[in-house]
This record gives sequence, structure tokens and C-alpha cells, in this order.
Amino acid sequence: MQPQALTGGFTDPAVQSAHAFRSVMEAMARPGTLREISGAEPPAPMSRAAGAVLLTLCDSDTPIYLAGAVDCPAVRNWLSFHTGAPLVGPAECMFAVGSWSDLGPLSIYPIGTSEYPDRSATLVVECPQLTASGAILTGPGIKETAALSLPELAAFQDNRTLYPLGLDFIFTSGVRVAAVPRTTEVS
Amino acid sequence: MYVAVKGGERAIENAHAWLAEERRGDTEIAELSVAQIREQLSLAVHRVSAEGSLFDPDLAALAIKQARGDLIEAIFLIRAYRTTLPRFGFSKPVDTGVMTCDRRISASFKDLPGGQVLGPTFDYSHRLLDFKLAAEGEVPEAPSQEAEAGDVPHVTDFLNREGLIEEPPHGDTPPPDLTREPLEMPADRALRLQALTRADEGFALGLAYSTQRGYARNHAFVGELRIGSVPVEMEIPELGFAIEIGEVVLTECETVNQFKGSKAEPPQFTRGYGLVFGQSERKAISMALVDRALRWEELGEDNIGAPAQDAEFVLYHADNIQATGFLEHIKLPHYVDFQSELELVRKLRREAGTDQVQEAAE
Amino acid sequence: MSAYNFAYLDEQTKRMIRRAILKGLAIPGYQVPFASREMPMPYGWGTGGVQVSAAVLIPDDTFKVIDQGSDDTTNAVSIRTFFERTAGVETTTVTRDASVIQTRHRIPEERLHEGQILVYQVPIPEPLRFLEPRESETRKMHGLEEYGLMHVKLYEDISRHGHIATSYAYPVKVEGRYVMDPSPIPKFDNPKLGDMAAIQLFGAGREQRIYALPPYTQVVSLDFEDHPFEATKADHACSLCGSEDSYQDEVIIDDAGRRMFVCSDADYCKARQAAGHHGKDAA
Repeated sequence: MQPQALTGGFTDPAVQSAHAFRSVMEAMARPGTLREISGAEPPAPMSRAAGAVLLTLCDSDTPIYLAGAVDCPAVRNWLSFHTGAPLVGPAECMFAVGSWSDLGPLSIYPIGTSEYPDRSATLVVECPQLTASGAILTGPGIKETAALSLPELAAFQDNRTLYPLGLDFIFTSGVRVAAVPRTTEVS
Repeated sequence: MYVAVKGGERAIENAHAWLAEERRGDTEIAELSVAQIREQLSLAVHRVSAEGSLFDPDLAALAIKQARGDLIEAIFLIRAYRTTLPRFGFSKPVDTGVMTCDRRISASFKDLPGGQVLGPTFDYSHRLLDFKLAAEGEVPEAPSQEAEAGDVPHVTDFLNREGLIEEPPHGDTPPPDLTREPLEMPADRALRLQALTRADEGFALGLAYSTQRGYARNHAFVGELRIGSVPVEMEIPELGFAIEIGEVVLTECETVNQFKGSKAEPPQFTRGYGLVFGQSERKAISMALVDRALRWEELGEDNIGAPAQDAEFVLYHADNIQATGFLEHIKLPHYVDFQSELELVRKLRREAGTDQVQEAAE
Repeated sequence: MSAYNFAYLDEQTKRMIRRAILKGLAIPGYQVPFASREMPMPYGWGTGGVQVSAAVLIPDDTFKVIDQGSDDTTNAVSIRTFFERTAGVETTTVTRDASVIQTRHRIPEERLHEGQILVYQVPIPEPLRFLEPRESETRKMHGLEEYGLMHVKLYEDISRHGHIATSYAYPVKVEGRYVMDPSPIPKFDNPKLGDMAAIQLFGAGREQRIYALPPYTQVVSLDFEDHPFEATKADHACSLCGSEDSYQDEVIIDDAGRRMFVCSDADYCKARQAAGHHGKDAA
């Protein structure tokens, strides 16, 4: 294992993960709002925000799918060392990480069951940039409307029709994080 | 003049101080040591270990001391402590076949290899108060002899050799962990047994008794009951092999139950299983009877609607820490809800024209 | 208490709870199963709320705990002390200063703002439980959106009493999908559930469920066209602060059974008195 794998985790896990979680929770509760999240230094090409999300939410109980460029030895080793999460294919994952184009098609991810709609994947989408502009968002968590630079519309509109089943999305770019749960209408 | 209730913090502190004093009792009387409790109230210690799901006699004794002898409170202390402990790994399944038995009896055979060993049992004691104990007399030493060498085989293995009893379940699937995953229905047998082994002894006893009286009777014989210590081994990944990390005292009960057979299975005996930390045969036998009753579906038996056949009922109500917490929470203030009920009842009575209460009494 | 981790729970437990909270926010009103831990206080005394609070607290938070609307009830004091010790957070009794509020049976009178989190202690999270005791059945009913039984029950009330005879823990429908138990708050508080600026999290420890309402979520109290939902309270003004709009507790003040009515929300009442409002029995 390269020494790189051993560094870049939280230095004060209890406090840093508490802060990171609050950012993710605020993002999920208020779709479209941008939050900063830090504390993790994952190997390239993973963003610091995606690294912090995974350190905060993942462990040996959460299978992760690495899509495309992030599926490299440096990231694999780093994740294994810091989270112990098993790396799996998209159909078995609880979390998936990658760029929008690498993550697709979305139909392969678990969307939950009618009795347990929570048993669905959360996709951590690495974005070149993340701004409060572009697609218009409405739904729970949003007072009137919000805006977010989504990679496309159709996939989120399709996902919305599955409700209460469906996927939930966390978007990361640098140290920024935003989220779009399955309840959000996009246009 | 009414003032909103204040001073909750001081009231709590004072209650705790008083409690500590009451726990100690009369200071003219010597204080109990944890070691005295561990050695002389060992069956209480065992019950706390079993239902606390943590085998550590010293901690259990401490909990009993702290809880003033309230065993459910002591179990709660152990559970709350247990849940904060880091998990290093899992032991290998213990092998009760290599148990060093203090007691081993079978009700289904007169004699058998390994022998009937009564051990330290109350069974044939006459329940007469022994006033000598009040005088704190020392006990004479019990006669002893060398234990017979060799493992003590399981009684059910003899039946199995003839095909007269169902095969014990095999499988390498790790059982679910009730303490780490939420309980979900339907619960498989491994999960049911896990819930039963930490279930309230009184609840398990009552359910088991109900099966004997006809609420899902399952014609149980105690095939075997054994009590003793077994080694606990754990695989250490860095070493590549298992090492012994300690010993636990267990009580194991296997019942042999009648089974008429089904389309798929010829008539044969079936099993109920109980395994409990410590010397606790009332609990182990109860567990085996309830385990067997809960297996009605897999064995193609009728569901007569008996409580002991209802896995959801049994598993959701067997845990005394959950039960006692929820039961006792009704002594917490509920006056906000009570107020809304008061308003509703007054309104309904007003409309029904039955209200004699003076509304303007204030 | 340095022998214990920040906010008492170990990190793996917090991660498990945090994942459940996120799914709860993504599926408003749906009860997410979680592996509730034994806490150092009894089940039924707020272990669900305590676990949720422990999973969301950060050291910079200002924490408030109320039980029956009051900061001074003994169990509220006990939970507040627990987090002062284990998380080292600031505590307050002032609603607007709190970033996290844990509550049992009330929603504060004052409108909560963005940046606040309201954590409810929930005894029985399943709104259908008293109609159908089996979890396996109620889970199916939620899955199939089969809520006929609930409407039948409410309608039976009407035909028998002329009213819906549920005065607290009054069921609501969230975003037109899940029927949810709002915890045993008086139905007077139900209208505050929807369209709230704060995040609402619900924790049921013994029953191992977490659910959530994101801000500005549509929450509708179940009713019928000819019997619309009505948020009721005692028809009195607070004897101390004179408020006519707040929920009030009835207090018996002498052996003759004389009564007075005072705000259940202690902070609200105190603030009004400080601002110069007085009821008829004010000192």
C-alpha cells in the first residue's frame, strides 16, 4: 500500500465528521443550496468534498461503487484504509461515486422496494463546477424555487416519477457540496 | 401565586444523593464487596450476564451492587456499557461438545455415555429455610472426585445416528446481529434464538409454560441439559489461526419433540434449542420450548394463534430493557397531551348535554 | 466524561444514524429503520431523540431541550445535562438562540427559523399501530399507500361523537404520500409542522425508526370535507402573560379545584412577561 493511502483522512474524526455531516444534511434538506465541506485530502481525481462525504457516511457496512476515473488504485486504497467499505458493482452499492458520464446509466442502481424505499443508492456526482444556476428546483426543502447546475434534466425527471422509490444525489466539486433527493422536481 | 416549576436540576441531584445513601443502607452493617456478590449471588450475576448479553461476572456483580439488587436495572447498566465497547471481531462458534460440564442430565434416557451428572442443583433440595445460614456458618467441603476424561457427547447425536431426529441446521452464513441491525420480520431462526437468549427470563418462562398448557403444545422432553464452561476462540487475521481468548459459562438445553411427519418428512423427532450465558436452566429450557413453538411454519404445523407461535409478538415484547423503559415512561409528565384530552372530553360532554362540571370554577 | 466520544456515540453508530437521517429527508414521512443503541437512559425516555441529536450536533451548537414545552421538567434537565457533559455544547432556554432543539410533546410557539433543527422524541412512530399491531402488516400498508383503515377509524369517531376524537398524536399526510405520526404533540401544534423553516427530525429509539420533514414540506392533518381539521386549545388566556394564542396547561391551584391556565411554552411566556405583557394573575 502506498503511503498516500494512509494520509488525508480526518485528523479529528468525531468533530470533523460532525461538521461534514451537517453540511451534507443541510444540502439534502434544502435541495440546491451550496455548502462547503472539508477535512479530507483524498488522492486525485477524487474531490475533497467527495472524500469528506465518503469518510462521513461510509464504513464496512456500506458497499461503494467507484465509477470510471475514480476507480484507480490510489482511491481504492485510500477508501479501503479510511473507511473499510467493500468496493462492489453498481447493482449492489449503497453509494456510488464518479463523474456524471461515468455513473450512467442510472437504471442499474438499487432504487429501494415499496416496503423499504430507503434501500436505494446515493450517488455522489463529481462535477467540474457547482453553481446555484441552471435547472430550476422545486419540492420539499425549497421555499419557492432553487437553482442548481445539474448535468441534465431528463434523468432527474425520470427519477422523480419513481417516487417514493428512486435515487438520491449528492453533487461535489472542490470543497462544495449540494444535493438533490428523489422528491425534487427539476425543470 | 403559581410559579412555573423550577429547580429540576437540584431535585435530580438530591434524588441521586438520597439514592446513593439508600443503596448503602445502614452503615453500621458491613458493605458488600463486588467479589462477595460475584461469588455468593452467582445466579443473579449469571442472569445479568445472560440478559445483559455480556459475560463479565465482575461487571455484572458491580451492576447488581449499583442497582441495589434490582436485576433488570443491573441488566440495563450492563447493556448501556456493552454498547459503547469497540468491536474487534467475532469469536468462532463455541463448541458445547467440549464443555467441561458441572451438570449434565437427560430426561429421555436412563443412562448414557458421559453419565447423568446432577451437579450443583436445587432440584432435590427440600425448600426449607436453612436457619443455620442466618448464623453465617461455614459450609463443610463437598466430596469430590476426578472428572471422567473425554468429551461428553450430545444426546441428540445418538438419536441422529438412527435418523430418528431431524438434522441440526448447518450453514456458514453469519447470523444477523440483533444489536447492530434493526429487528425485522420475518426473523429467521438464528435471529429468533438471539432475541430469546437475551429475553426476559420471566417472559420466556411464561410463554414456555403456556405451550405446556396447550397454547401450541409441542410435547417436549429434555433430551439434554448441560451446564459448564467452554473455551472461546477467535481467528486473529495477523496470526492466521484461532487462539483461545477466554472461557464462558453456558447452559444448553436441547429438547426432543414429537413430530408426526409431513409430506416431505417421515415421522421423526424435532428439536428445540436453548443456550444461555451462565447457570440458568429455567431460562434455557424456556428458550428451547419457545424456539420449538416458533418453528410451526417451517415444520408445517397448524398455527393455532397461540402467543408462543407468534414471532412478531414474542420478539417485540421479550426484551425487558425495552419493555421496562416504555412501561415506566408513562410516569414522565404527559400533561400537554392530558390537557388536549381534557378539552376534548369536555367538548364531547357539552355537546352530549351531560356536562355538569362548572366551567367557570377558576 | 472524556472516556466517551464526542456526543457519546461511537463514530460507526453515528454514521449509521446519519445515513438514516439522509434517507429520511429524501423520503419525507417514511420511517427509516435504524439499529438503535442502548443508551444510558431508559427506552421511552427520549433515546431516539438523544441518538438523533448526538448524530447532528457539532461543538458550535447551542442546544435547547423541552419536555411539555418547558425547559425545567426533570427529563429535559437530564437530557440537557447529558449533552453538556458529553458534547460540551452551549445550552439555552431561549428558543430563537438555539440551533438544535430537542422536544417532547410540543412545538415551540415562536416560529422557528432556517438554520434551526427540531428533534422530536417519538414513542410509537407508526400512525397505524393502534389499528394494526403488526409491523409486517403496517409496513405493507405504507408500501401500498393503503390508508383506508385510518380514514375508517376517524370516520367512526365522527359518527359516534360528532368529532374526530383524537386530540394529540394526530396523524398527518406528508407530500400527499406517507401518513405520519407527528409524535404526541397536541393537535394544536399540527399546523406548524408544514411549511416550517427549520429541519424536523423524529427519533424513536425503542421502535428503531427515524423519519424527517425537510423545511417547507407539505404536511396535511387528516380530515374530511364536512369535518375539517381544527387546531384546538383551552379557550383561555394565560394567567401570567395574557397570551390568547398559545397552548395552555391547566393548573389546579387549591383544594376547591380552582384552576388557572398558563402557557406550556415556558420560554415564550417568560419573553412575553419580560416585554411587559401581563395576565390577570401576574405578580
